[in-house]
Amino acid sequence: MSGTPVIEVRNVHKSFKTVQAVRGIDLCIPPGRFVAILGPNGAGKTTLVEMIEGIQQPDQGDIFIDGKTWKGNEKYLRNLIGLSLQETHFIDKLNVWETLRLFASFFNIGRERCEEVLRLIALEEKRKSWVVNLSGGQRQRLALGIAILNNPKVLLLDEPTTGLDPNARREIWAILLRLKEQSGTSLILTTHYMEEAEQLCDYIVIIDQGKILKEGTITDLLGEIQDLPVKPLDTRKITLDDLFITLTGRHLDDATHIK
Amino acid sequence: MMQRISNSQLYQLILTNIRELIREPGVLFWGIVFPILMSLGLGVAFTKKKDVITRIAVIGEHHLVKEPADSASALASFLLANKSVTEKDKSGNQIHKLTVPDDKLGNTTFIFQSFEWKEAMVLLKRGNLNLVMDEKNGMVQYHFDPMNPDAQLTYLKLSKLLGSTGPVVKEANTEVKPLTVSGSRYIDFLVPGLIAMGVMMSCMWGVSYAIIERRSKKLLRRMVATPMKRSNFLLAMITVRVMMNFVEAGLLFLFAWLAFNITIQGSVAALFALFIAGNFAFAGIAIFMSSHTAKTEVGNGLINAVSMPMMVLSGVFFSYHNFPEWSIPAIQKFPLTMLADGIRSIMTEGAGFAETALPIAILGSIGFVFFVAGMKMFRWH
Ligand SMILES: Nc1ncnc2c1ncn2[C@@H]1O[C@H](COP(=O)(O)OP(=O)(O)O)[C@@H](O)[C@H]1O
Ligand SMILES: [Mg+2]
Repeated sequence: MSGTPVIEVRNVHKSFKTVQAVRGIDLCIPPGRFVAILGPNGAGKTTLVEMIEGIQQPDQGDIFIDGKTWKGNEKYLRNLIGLSLQETHFIDKLNVWETLRLFASFFNIGRERCEEVLRLIALEEKRKSWVVNLSGGQRQRLALGIAILNNPKVLLLDEPTTGLDPNARREIWAILLRLKEQSGTSLILTTHYMEEAEQLCDYIVIIDQGKILKEGTITDLLGEIQDLPVKPLDTRKITLDDLFITLTGRHLDDATHIK
Repeated sequence: MMQRISNSQLYQLILTNIRELIREPGVLFWGIVFPILMSLGLGVAFTKKKDVITRIAVIGEHHLVKEPADSASALASFLLANKSVTEKDKSGNQIHKLTVPDDKLGNTTFIFQSFEWKEAMVLLKRGNLNLVMDEKNGMVQYHFDPMNPDAQLTYLKLSKLLGSTGPVVKEANTEVKPLTVSGSRYIDFLVPGLIAMGVMMSCMWGVSYAIIERRSKKLLRRMVATPMKRSNFLLAMITVRVMMNFVEAGLLFLFAWLAFNITIQGSVAALFALFIAGNFAFAGIAIFMSSHTAKTEVGNGLINAVSMPMMVLSGVFFSYHNFPEWSIPAIQKFPLTMLADGIRSIMTEGAGFAETALPIAILGSIGFVFFVAGMKMFRWH
């Protein structure tokens, strides 16, 4: 909670034709903090994150990154942030190394950093494999590698582990945890897996239908659980879900239930 | 220094486009092998004088029997006089073959076989026969479809032969002066058309479709979420395409030169300028077409809607002067027509800058207008 916020979102709204995707969200993220934006499908996570990334414009409200708005500071901010979109297909017939080199060139970054990132995402063995031949987990790791190429001050990952099996998910977590130890990067990560939020993040923002339902540290949020009549056995895993149910009357993972 | 270049985004983008191109076997086939095969196939079919074989049905057996006693039949005596060959064909039917040699127009081989009337009509309808002959009271009758030029030709040749007396095989066509000078053959017409079409198709698929596909895969929005310069992205794509188009056109020309001795009779510099202008025009059109949609199906349809009419109307394979008079001024304004006509005039008519300055300027302007309009509407997300 120290220092000037690296990301500040003030009363942001965004609507599409018939849908109000984001309805007045405020966020304030100090440097180095890992924040999870947790919410079911359609909650507005992607819309919110893409507005922070400067890919979509808010209808109303302001967004500051490193104290600057997107307008007039695009070049500076593009060099400052790293991101991975919810679904990106890279170029099928480029191999892993060539893909890294291509994206590195956009930041004017040389091969040393590409080698470093390749090690970090543990894809050295796949260096020469075409992207089209990578597994889902490897592809997500490549996307993550591209996101961190420029040592971003702010990293934004939109559902980086959705659709991956538990092993592949854990590999991504390991990379992010190492990043947390070794760099001062701030992270915003969207997810609908509570476990992911708990494992990686210091701060959790629960959103639903374009609004923040609750936010706070894990301990803060778990404090809320005292009122619950049921005493769950595995507190770590179920409590946030229970919290969500008490907040909304719905299950957090309605649409994409994990077995 | 090398490190600098290899780290530069334009270099990496160009490299990426080249890699994608050469790793896609379809591109090499449709861009290089296919036009060459097409020029080979069509060029051989329409350029080389092939020996003509015509099949003629003769109604009733007796007209073909070569017995001196039977020489009441004009056909039989004609075959006898010209020493026709009698043999069995693959299905064991007796046929009579007569070859009239001609070193200028190509040999003509007539194959006579006797049939019942009904049989002959069926074969005629199937296109297995050119002509049906009959003989009544010493009068030769020819039955054929007057709308069919092949049948007419067979009739003319045969009636001329039968009308003359004595052996005719040695008679020379002294008045025929075949025009086979370079520049007037079908291949000379076809190759410039194929080159122009190659430029169009390459820009449509290589620029338009490629952009739409990247947009549909959300790669475009991922790329512009970096400090990448948007102009570099488009520049790299177009540069690689134009390079590819040079290679395609060069190889096609090389092939046509080796196989058919095709030449450039006019100004090579003008051809170069025209080719660049054509590339620019179609690249501009391609950018415009790809500026908005994120659906590859829409892209597919758009490309077909734009390229198909031009391919048919613009005189790639056959002259657009076969179309109605009133449509020709419009057809001549299509970019593909301008490019094909321009290349043709330089390659076969010896034109230079004076004759091609206008199409070069117009193609350049088309490219510019569509490019600017396309960029105005361009959706990166
Ligand atoms: N481009 C768009 N056009 C129309 N509706 C959209 C668009 N993007 C998102 N939405 C709608 O906005 C809501 C929030 O979507 P999104 O931000 O993608 O949610 P999440 O990422 O949490 O699943 C959804 O109802 C979605 O259908
Ligand atoms: Mg989403």
